[in-house]
Amino acid sequence: MTTICRANKISKTYWRGKMKVMALQGVDIEIKKKDYLTIMGPSGSGKSTLVHILSCLDTPTSGEYYLEDRLVSNYTDQELAQVRNKYFGFVFQNFSLLPRLTALDNVAMPLIYAGIKKKERVERSRAILGKMGLGKRVLHHPNELSGGECQRVAIARALVNEPKVIFADEPTGNLDSKTGAEIMELFDNLVKEGNTVVMVTHDTNVASHAKKIIKLKDGLIEND
Amino acid sequence: MISILAKITLSFQTFKNHRLRSFLTTLGIVIGVMTVIAILSLIEGLNRSVAEQIQSIGSDVIFLTKYPIIRTGPPDFDRIADRPDFIPEDADLITELPSVEVAIPEISERLTKLKYRDNEAANVLIAGSDENYSQVNNRYVESGRDLNQDDISRRRNVGVIGTYVANTLFPDESPVGKELNVRGYRINIIGVYQEKGAFLGQSMDNFLVIPHTLHEKIFPRNRQSIFSRAFGGYSIDIKPKAGKIEQAIDEVRELMRRRHGLTFDKEDDFEIGTQEMLMEVYQNITRVGFIAIIAIAAISLIVGGIGIMNIMLVSVAERTREIGIRKAVGASNQYILSQFLIESVILALIGGLVGIAIGILLAALISAVSPLKAAVSFWMILLGFGFSAAVGIFFGIYPARRAASLNPIEALRYE
Repeated sequence: MTTICRANKISKTYWRGKMKVMALQGVDIEIKKKDYLTIMGPSGSGKSTLVHILSCLDTPTSGEYYLEDRLVSNYTDQELAQVRNKYFGFVFQNFSLLPRLTALDNVAMPLIYAGIKKKERVERSRAILGKMGLGKRVLHHPNELSGGECQRVAIARALVNEPKVIFADEPTGNLDSKTGAEIMELFDNLVKEGNTVVMVTHDTNVASHAKKIIKLKDGLIEND
Repeated sequence: MISILAKITLSFQTFKNHRLRSFLTTLGIVIGVMTVIAILSLIEGLNRSVAEQIQSIGSDVIFLTKYPIIRTGPPDFDRIADRPDFIPEDADLITELPSVEVAIPEISERLTKLKYRDNEAANVLIAGSDENYSQVNNRYVESGRDLNQDDISRRRNVGVIGTYVANTLFPDESPVGKELNVRGYRINIIGVYQEKGAFLGQSMDNFLVIPHTLHEKIFPRNRQSIFSRAFGGYSIDIKPKAGKIEQAIDEVRELMRRRHGLTFDKEDDFEIGTQEMLMEVYQNITRVGFIAIIAIAAISLIVGGIGIMNIMLVSVAERTREIGIRKAVGASNQYILSQFLIESVILALIGGLVGIAIGILLAALISAVSPLKAAVSFWMILLGFGFSAAVGIFFGIYPARRAASLNPIEALRYE
């Protein structure tokens, strides 16, 4: 299977006040097409930092990160923004929807930055919301939707620009167990349809859905 | 490329969500631009009417005087008083110069009170001149007749009045043929000049012109008074031939130097002025006012700009999460920067537009209730627009850069 992302000995050091934090200390990781990965680890293990670097929200202090054989770890902010827009979809624990926009406008947002015309933006966003079972909720604002519906809008937003990898950071963390299970089923289906999903969680139930679990501790991968 | 239109739409959405805040923010700009437009249009209106009036006096008249018409600093009375007086013959000789059409002697006094029966005119100018007075001053006699050569040489007790004197002293009857008493001399009114209106708020029709020969008799000069020696006596008003103003000035200077026996190493002992110089003085005065207004406006625009900057910083802080989300899904720094910049420019432009509108209304209102006439020019509107746009950009760039440079991870974590 083709490799999408390849991280080579990436480290991340940052300063928290006067304290030097070695968040990652040389991590090798590969994401292949149709992967269903879970990154686990206690807080402070560097799992968030790893996901930020993998999803190009952050750059490593050292090491190389390749995206489809292109070295992206030295890209500029501008280029990274384009990479995120084109390659990745994001699902956050707290949904991260813009409260003043309708579900449709929230979903269509990445398409704006992809430079897609309004008509097509609306069509594609409607279609994907329909697939998420929210066909009748497109013009609702986030405060008019339940937690599960909000997260499905967020997933629709992550999918709308047909990303190569979907990153989900504790996607069920703010949901009750029943809704959480529904969302996990949704992710399972996405992988079956050929999507690639990388998930961060500390919930073993959630992790059990994944085909591969990566455990992080003190900035290093424990076992593979 | 995301269209600017979409960003503008988004900006308006933000303003709609913060109506009061947006309104208060733009208030500084509104007041600044309003002041500029209102006052500039008043100055412009004043300029135009002054220019018109100077035209109507005849912008090409040359004044030959003992004292400088325009002076900077206190006058040197002794030096001016010691200069030789002009005499009516000077005017005759100047008239014969090739570039001169006609020149007249003029001598004048202000009379605090001129009475006819129960009516009274204040501060009437009593000018002594000759039969060419109207030609030089672009006047014509509306009723009755003008002065003629005989009146001058025979020193007749006759005079021509301006419409202000005519209307004040003779509200219900024709003044022609009536007699006025000036310092005990009875002067027969032979004509009335046409109306000229007011210049810088002063009526130009409040005068009586009599033969200069008569004037000398009525108002003998007080040789003891240095003021009278310096500022009394004749001046010569010269009308040059069309387009020959410069040559006429040279010829007059040469002639007068010769007549006063000045050798080449001596300075002129007379002054030559033109109405163009008067216009320049006037423009200098308004320029000072102009600069003062610009300074005041600049201050209020800076205050307005700081208001905009302040509110944009608040807006950036409030929308940190939004910025983080937008950056995560692919908004570039430039996109965020231009979004916030467009927002501040639109805020400033709205303020500018409202300011222009209120400024124009204010100018119209002042024109309606006062004698000041306002003239709004297109360049003022452009200026108001340009200034507010500049304020929007200048004070918007810092908050916008701050928004653009937010770290997406930190912005996403922001609560």
